[in-house]
Amino acid sequence: MKTIQILGVGCPKCQNLTANAEQAAQELGIEYELEKVKNVSEIMKFGVMVTPALAIDGQVKASGKVLSAAELKELLR
Amino acid sequence: MDWKKEWKALTVIGAVFFAAFYLPVGRARFDNALLEAFALAKWYAREHVVFCLLPAFLIAGGIAAFVSQASVMKYLGARAKKVVAYGVASVSGSILAVCSCTVLPLFAGIYRMGAGLGPATAFLYSGPAINVLAIILTARVLGIELGVARAVGAIAFSIIVGLLMHLIFRREETEKAAAQAVMPEPDVHRPLCQNAVFFAAMIAVLVFANWGRPASSTGLWHAVWSAKWIITSVAAVAFAAILVAWFGLTWWRILLAAIPAALLAVLFPDVPMLAFAAGVVGLSVITATGGDESREWFTSSWGLAKQILPLLLFGVLVAGALLGRPGREGLIPSEWVSAAVGGNSVWSNLFASVAGAFMYFATLTEVPILQGLIDNGMGKGPALALLLAGPALSLPNMLVIRSVIGTKKTTVYVSLVVVMATLCGLAYGALFR
Repeated sequence: MKTIQILGVGCPKCQNLTANAEQAAQELGIEYELEKVKNVSEIMKFGVMVTPALAIDGQVKASGKVLSAAELKELLR
Repeated sequence: MDWKKEWKALTVIGAVFFAAFYLPVGRARFDNALLEAFALAKWYAREHVVFCLLPAFLIAGGIAAFVSQASVMKYLGARAKKVVAYGVASVSGSILAVCSCTVLPLFAGIYRMGAGLGPATAFLYSGPAINVLAIILTARVLGIELGVARAVGAIAFSIIVGLLMHLIFRREETEKAAAQAVMPEPDVHRPLCQNAVFFAAMIAVLVFANWGRPASSTGLWHAVWSAKWIITSVAAVAFAAILVAWFGLTWWRILLAAIPAALLAVLFPDVPMLAFAAGVVGLSVITATGGDESREWFTSSWGLAKQILPLLLFGVLVAGALLGRPGREGLIPSEWVSAAVGGNSVWSNLFASVAGAFMYFATLTEVPILQGLIDNGMGKGPALALLLAGPALSLPNMLVIRSVIGTKKTTVYVSLVVVMATLCGLAYGALFR
């Protein structure tokens, strides 16, 4: 069971990242829970300044870019 | 039937019915306003889309794709030198804030985990204010004078507002967030000067393609104007060479993309729009189907275009209906406009900055609205005041800023921006009347 968190206030880039993450997780067939963190103060708690960012199980894995589904699969494995 | 759910639909239908029932069709002012809205949209489509907006989207997309945010952010971190931090914060908006929704997290980050309140405020202000697209469209539609005043004013402004915020609140310790800022690793694979030349070539194409006909028929400006398509073509060829040499695009694909543009330029030398449009389409096709990097460039440009064009169309239609196209009047009588923001009095400058601060302008829509206002008698000073206070502030974003820095600091920030915008407007209006 993995927790995927998408950090971002909701711009198109964050939506792309969300879609890619869902696709990657589904292709891997893993159990996951996806959460969108939209509150700026909450995002700050992760120490992220450049959105969109992605955290897996509470660990920030990428910030400031939209990872492709292929890159996300590597991170989720 | 569950009326708790249905009442919304009923209200909407009722509202539309009454609006249609009392629709003032046939009244001269209303009919004229509709006509003006479409006339203005047509004017924009003909004058500003191909030569100005299309290359501007490619430039802004290029900035988003090729300039590493990480390399800028290291100058805004907790240990950055203050002088450098202010300087970087005041100009980096054009690089970091291509998408307006990224401004607030960055602002909160610089404030809590980075260089502190002063640079954070400078960044918060300059981010939306010196957006590349906005400056380009301002210079094109409202004149180069106002475009430059906007860019220079916004940069100077952001540093002063940042410094004042720092001085006013210097006694307050900011609670630094416990988390150490996660700085994305800068992935540098191309020297800075190559990127600079790349953007210079693209900007040259944009500037010379839009070179306006000067009033006199002699002198340097006129010489540039008569040779503008030759200069633009040279810049475009240089740009193509840069793409092949440093950006890894294959030469035969570039050539393939350039052929239609060149053919159209030879066949229809009087309609440069055709050749220019063909060039943009060609470039889009090869970047969209090219390697990872060029695909990212295209994706960012396309994303921006998709996001901004509908808003701009809406803004143009509203501006046309309310204020009319150049030389005409829309729903709002010209006397109202010149009474409120005409001339260069303290009152009209203040009115323009307060109105600008609270009003929400979607990206770029401030330009058609301002154009309508100027045409209906708005003074140059109040116009700049509105440009300086408007895009950076709006009621919704004040509320978000408040959630990050609190009511007191937000109030001071908003008042500073309004007062400064008024003063800048007064000075500009007195200098260029």
